[in-house]
Formats: sequence, structure tokens, C-alpha cells
Amino acid sequence: MTTPRLSVDGLTVRFRLRTAVVHAVTDLSLTVQPGELLAVVGESGCGKSVLAHTLLGLLPRNATVSGRAVLDEDTSLLTGRLTGVRGRRVGLVPQSPATALNPVRTGRRLLEETLRAHGRPRTDADRVAADVGFDPIDLDRYPHELSGGMAQRLCTALALAPEPPLLIADEPTTGLDRPLVDHTLDLLRRRCDAGNTVILITHDLTAAQRVADRVAVMYASRIVEDQPTNALFATPAHPYTAGLLDALPDRGFRAVPGHPPMLTALPAGCAFAPRCTRANDACATMPNLSGPARCHHPLIEQEVAA
Amino acid sequence: MSELAAHGVSVAYGRQRVLDQLSLHIGAGETVGLRGASGGGKSTLVRVLALVQAADAGHVSLDGVRITGARHHVPAAARTRIGVLFQSPRGATDPRLRLDDIVAEPLRATGYPDAAVRERVSELADLVGLTPDLLIRRPHAISDGQLQRACLARALAHRPGYLLCDEATAMLDASTQAHVARVLTDYQLESGAGILVVSHDQPLLTRWADRVIDLQPQTHEHRHAATSV
Ligand SMILES: Nc1ncnc2c1ncn2[C@@H]1O[C@H](COP(=O)(O)OP(=O)(O)OP(=O)(O)O)[C@@H](O)[C@H]1O
Ligand code: SF4
Ligand SMILES: [Mg+2]
Repeated sequence: MTTPRLSVDGLTVRFRLRTAVVHAVTDLSLTVQPGELLAVVGESGCGKSVLAHTLLGLLPRNATVSGRAVLDEDTSLLTGRLTGVRGRRVGLVPQSPATALNPVRTGRRLLEETLRAHGRPRTDADRVAADVGFDPIDLDRYPHELSGGMAQRLCTALALAPEPPLLIADEPTTGLDRPLVDHTLDLLRRRCDAGNTVILITHDLTAAQRVADRVAVMYASRIVEDQPTNALFATPAHPYTAGLLDALPDRGFRAVPGHPPMLTALPAGCAFAPRCTRANDACATMPNLSGPARCHHPLIEQEVAA
Repeated sequence: MSELAAHGVSVAYGRQRVLDQLSLHIGAGETVGLRGASGGGKSTLVRVLALVQAADAGHVSLDGVRITGARHHVPAAARTRIGVLFQSPRGATDPRLRLDDIVAEPLRATGYPDAAVRERVSELADLVGLTPDLLIRRPHAISDGQLQRACLARALAHRPGYLLCDEATAMLDASTQAHVARVLTDYQLESGAGILVVSHDQPLLTRWADRVIDLQPQTHEHRHAATSV
């Protein structure tokens, strides 16, 4: 068996607020192989970005983390010191590019500094920019002179410059037109085909379908479904996944009824129960993620997990 | 005439022309989609229509009245007729304010009494799917999509006659996106508001907009053509 690129086991993240505790990530386990592209999807606020920030050691001080996350066997992401790991071995394309960029440096300065810090020649800047569809002519602009989509691509270039074996891209295609979306997705796919690993956090299910090998669906801080891409789109197992697919504008364009749960007051059982048409008494206890879905009454037969 | 319109609007940044004599209108009760290449001037157009950025040439009219100037020179009554959702919620919110105060900003600015503000804020939060636990937090302690929905609640607070949404659902999952589209459509039916939806998502525009305008990328040889499709 090959060594996984990343294996996460029982990862739990809590935020302490003055009057409440936010359950942002709960008992999350996943494994991603070299060459694999995993898409993570789920409702706004379900914990996707917190997962990304945890793996990069970027959480604020009010956070507590437990569980394990191992990168390439030897690096423990949660306990180890991240010097030399962040950026070089795990890269992040942040969700809000406009605020992630240092406002007093031009794109070229930012990119050159990143390249130099990782032992690559400054002269690669134009090529790295062009790779993500960012016109090198625009590198001499300051962040406030970039459109949302341009800032987005600059962030992708900055994350890719060190050529990290694991890239976590948090909504890297928001604000891009379709040709640029496809360009970015194909770039991520090619990185995986060359043996790297990408975790693509996205609301864009079409994007996930286009390039991901597997899709993990999060709901209320937990992974509720994890399936190969084709299987997930053809036969979703979790009622929430089915609802999400039905909300697509080229399908039903219907929202999942009801409200998202409060992560400060999650029930002991399945958090989807108040919105689920299949819920019954059994759902008052937390289902396991034993087959493709964490559900007592999945939409497809659960196979015994391999 | 009930419409928000741009008439021959041009904007350049330095030597780069982003909008060249562009005209379009958003009628009351109408949902207009706007799409175009990344960096093609869509957000600039939204800022001009929202009266926060002045055009180099051309002008904006609101319900048939020509508006001159931008920012502080715009009559307050005109400004409150228009609600805007900017593309980046992090850039458009004060990080020191709690979410409920962010949503309440336009209400307080127009002198709403305190009790009415609280009631309206919780009604708006419920509408966009923000649970009460989120309302007492500041932007750094919520997700980007949650903040984007707070901005939507803020834009709806004073019941604008026109709502400009610059990639307003770009950070939202499919279900929340469908929910927001429904909320805005309901608001439109009840208020007769005109809505501009800037998006790259063709299936979304097909489903949501009454008509879609294509903003052609700016080149030296070509004039801006806003083609309806
Ligand atoms: N610093 C913090 N303190 C307290 N709660 C937080 C903090 N950061 C995030 N949260 C909460 O944790 C939950 C997960 O947030 P996260 O940003 O991971 O959501 P997300 O899935 O990325 O959502 P979106 O799709 O909207 O970006 C949210 O409910 C959010 O309100
Ligand atoms: S466990 Fe029960 S409530 Fe939860 S998704 Fe499955 S059927 Fe629905
Ligand atoms: Mg996020």
C-alpha cells in the first residue's frame, strides 16, 4: 500500500466564545493519496474553511484542536512546528483573496518574494503568473488595482509558486468566468496527475464533477458522505447530498427546506434530522460513517466499508 | 419612468479603458443578468450604478431623474433607493462591528427607532438563514458565506427599489444560493424592485434572470457592446 499524502483522524475543532462553544469540525477523518484530487463541498458555514485553516496551523487563539493529521508519514501537522511546512509542503489558496494580499506590495513583489523564499529564481514570476491565467503585464499592479477574479488568480499563483505536494484551494474559482474556471481546474488536475495532491473546497458542484476523483460532503461540522465523484452525482447516499444536488439551477433549483443548524447547539443525534424527510426515532442517535454516508436510512444500500 | 439606468458611461483607470460608452437599464420589477469576462468592468459598472463611483463620461438616471456626481454629492434619498452587494464581503464590512450592527447600519443611518431596528434585524437574519448565535459575533468569527448573507440582509434593510448584486451568491453552496434567489424573487414580487445579478454562472442566470446582458471585453478596436441574449 502506498503512503497516503494526508491522513486525518478524529479531527475536532472548537471555538470558545464568551457565551458559547462553536463546534466547527467534529471527529473528521479522511485520507488523500498522492495524485488524488478530493473535493470538499457542503452548506455555507459547515466547517470547510476551518478544516483548511487547521491543516495549515492558521487558527485563531480561541480555537482548540484535537485529533491527528499526518502529512507524508513524517510530519504531524497538528503538533509539529509548521516552519518549513506551511507554504512549502502544504499550500493554501484562501477563500477571500482581496484581504489575503499585502496591500502595499505589487503582485510582482509578492510573487518574487515567495519564489525566492522557496529557492526558485525570481525570473519564474511571469511563468507562474501565466500558468494560472494571470497576465504578467498586470503583475505590476497593487492588490487594490486588481478585480476580484484577478486577485483570486494571484493568490493561486502565490500558493503554487513553492510547488507544494499538498495544495488546499478554498473556493479558488469564485469570481472567475467560465474559461478561467476551467483553466484553473485543469491546472489543479494536472498537478494531481503529476503526483501531487489537491483538496478543492468548492460550492461549485460542476467544478467538483469535472476534476475531482472523490467528493466529501460536510454538514454541520462532520463529513456525512464520501464517495467517488461519479457515484456521488449518480447515486447520492445521504439525504443532504441529494438535497444539495437538487438545488442546482439546472436541476430543481430548490433549497433544502429549513435552516442550517446552530453549531453552538448541535443535537446528540443526526444534525440533519429537522430537515430530513426520512428521519425517525433512530436518528436521535449519531449515525456512523460506515458506508458512503453517515445516515441511518441512506438512499442507497450501504456496502460494508472496505 | 421607473428604472435605474446608465447612459453612455465611460470609465478608465489610467490608460486602461474598462467601460466605453455603456448604456443599460434595469426596470422596476425586472431581474437583469450581467455577465462578462473576468476583469471586464462588471464591478466598476455596479459601483457607478450604485452612485459610489463617478463615471468619466456619461451619467446615471434614477426613475427618470439624472444624477450628477457620486459619493457624498448624491442626494441621500437617491442613495437609499439603491441597495448594493459588493463582490467581497470581507472588504465591505467593518471588522469591529457585530453582525447585528452591520445589518442595522442603513436603518440607524435613516433614524429608525431602536426597538424597530432590533425587530427588523432579526427578521432579515431569519430571511437569509443566519441563526441568532451568529448575530452577536464579529466578521472574523463567521464564515465568508455567512458574512455574504449578512451583507444581503443589510442591502435589503431599507427596502431598496433597486438591488445590485455583484456575485452575491458566488460564495454560497447550491442550496443556499437557491434560497437566496427565492428570497430576492419574493422581495421583488412584493416590492416591485428591479434587480441586477452579476454572475458567471450561466445556469443560474438562465434560471433566475428575465434577460441577460453580455459585457464584451474592452479592446482598442471595439466599442463596448451590451448585447441582450
Ligand atoms: N474564529 C471563530 N470563532 C468562532 N466561530 C468561528 C470562527 N471561525 C469560524 N467560525 C464558525 O465556524 C463554522 C465553520 O466556519 P467555516 O468558515 O469553516 O465555514 P465554511 O464551511 O467555510 O463556510 P462558507 O461556505 O460560508 O465559506 C461557522 O459556523 C463559523 O461561524
Ligand atoms: S440519519 Fe436520519 S435524519 Fe439523519 S440524514 Fe439519515 S435519515 Fe435523515
Ligand atoms: Mg469557507
